[in-house]
Amino acid sequence: MFDVYETRKKYPILNGIKMEGHNLVYMDSGATALKPQCVIDKVVEYYSEYSTNTHRGDYPLAHRADEEYEKVRKIVKEFINCNDENEIVYTYGTTHSINVLAHGIKHMLKKGDVVLISEFEHASNVLPWFRLKDEIGIEIEYVKLDEKHHLTPELFKESMHDGVKLVCLAHISNVLGQCLDIKEIAKITHDYNAIIAVDGAQSVPHIKVDVKDLDIDFLSFSAHKFGGPTGIGVLYGKYDLLNKLEAYNLGGGMNTRIECNTCYFIKEAPFKFEAGTPAIEATIGMGKAIQFIMDIGMDNIHEHIKKIRKHAIDRLQNELPEVIIYNPENEGAPLAFNVKGYEGARCQDIGSALATYGIAVRTGEHCAKLLPNLIGTKGSVRASLYLYNTIEDMDCLVDALKDIVAKEKENKGDALSWLL
Amino acid sequence: MASLNDPMILRQIIMDHYDNPRHHQLIEDDSKYLSIRKDSDSCIDDITMQVNINNDIIEDIRFDGVACTIATSSTSILTDLVIGKTIDEAQEIIDNYKNMIFEKDYDEDLLEEAIAFQNVHRQANRIKCATIGWDALQQLIDKYREAK
Repeated sequence: MFDVYETRKKYPILNGIKMEGHNLVYMDSGATALKPQCVIDKVVEYYSEYSTNTHRGDYPLAHRADEEYEKVRKIVKEFINCNDENEIVYTYGTTHSINVLAHGIKHMLKKGDVVLISEFEHASNVLPWFRLKDEIGIEIEYVKLDEKHHLTPELFKESMHDGVKLVCLAHISNVLGQCLDIKEIAKITHDYNAIIAVDGAQSVPHIKVDVKDLDIDFLSFSAHKFGGPTGIGVLYGKYDLLNKLEAYNLGGGMNTRIECNTCYFIKEAPFKFEAGTPAIEATIGMGKAIQFIMDIGMDNIHEHIKKIRKHAIDRLQNELPEVIIYNPENEGAPLAFNVKGYEGARCQDIGSALATYGIAVRTGEHCAKLLPNLIGTKGSVRASLYLYNTIEDMDCLVDALKDIVAKEKENKGDALSWLL
Repeated sequence: MASLNDPMILRQIIMDHYDNPRHHQLIEDDSKYLSIRKDSDSCIDDITMQVNINNDIIEDIRFDGVACTIATSSTSILTDLVIGKTIDEAQEIIDNYKNMIFEKDYDEDLLEEAIAFQNVHRQANRIKCATIGWDALQQLIDKYREAK
């Protein structure tokens, strides 16, 4: 069984790094997850032992870089259970993946075609589609949500019609944390002969995402959200669809032949999307990070986070009526809340006050800038958890909030005492 | 300035300017005003500032928008400090404030209530809150100087 205390020993930042004089209580994993030593070692190994380019050199060291780099496609294939490693495109991260997709699919869409998204999408799953509206006149529609801002398959079905050609949804919202029934949503999407592209930035680190079982056409995710390096992510696509996408970046490594008469020939997917020298060390580090979380087990990770999240919610609901929780029932990792009187822009004061207890959270809109329409507040505090958080971390959060609220009652503006 | 060393007083100053921000309404007929909207990508702060500068004197300054405690109160204090001053005097105040924020030497007598933000560097991510209004005025002064 997964032992969180043993696992924490593998994260150097959790062993000795202080913030504001306290041991670090890191609750900003929705932004980026901490890195285990094995990932750091793997990156350093590349730089120390075989830091050559890939797909280039005719010497043994370069061959090792090639092998390590390409091996990661097989690891990702196993991780998301796709048919073929050539369905895996390396990108700079989720945002880049979605932009590669939006550019690549443009020629398959025409004026008036509908791209269906939700109001809880991250900016990176909104703006590329807004741009396509400007460029080729597609229409943007939003799925219907229930009063708790949840998307059920029934509501999704009501939102679908023959004009919808592409559905782009976050598997797990980065603020509210609802885990969508993507399998059912994909089935309905395909009943309408539309394509479904899933933003897996928050789901892939937390739950088993099996692209064959879910039957999704595209999946985007970043390695850094599960402990891999920054600057590396994946665009998965069913091969025939993926290969139909037009390449965004042109250059070295993606072409087969270039002629003076301006004719050029490009490789097939995934290589046609990977022009230029890639983030080699980050890619290799991503492979190690995937192996690390697969060894722990995705189900273990999910169950652990559910358990500690519930502990915090139970305590907050019982002990702190001053705290409004926006998503108590969602099992996903982010816990979105505000302290009464500190809604909106003032949520940042709670973030700063929590920092003085060594607690790292994020405040604001969390890049989901359409969300305030739904939850009625422009800003919230987000405590996003990962496999290394403990029950004690959750107690630390609740106790700090109780302390802040009590002091605030004594002295208005006490949440700013760090400043004074 | 002894009282301004008392954290309780400083807290009250900040909260008073947050709850009752000065010059906190934009003018509809802004034909005499230079204006700027400053919105932050990384946080919620989103303020618009208008300033009427006549013969190098700041005759009026106004702001509005959605902003956190530090952004609202620091901008409110700024408007109180610079209204009626010449742009050179305002520039000196801004320069001293920036020096304070970035832990350099500054003249606290020029800054009055704005010294409430002298420790904002303790959480450097909030520096942008404490400077968003000040940067707005700097840009408007620059705009005025360019147009002269």
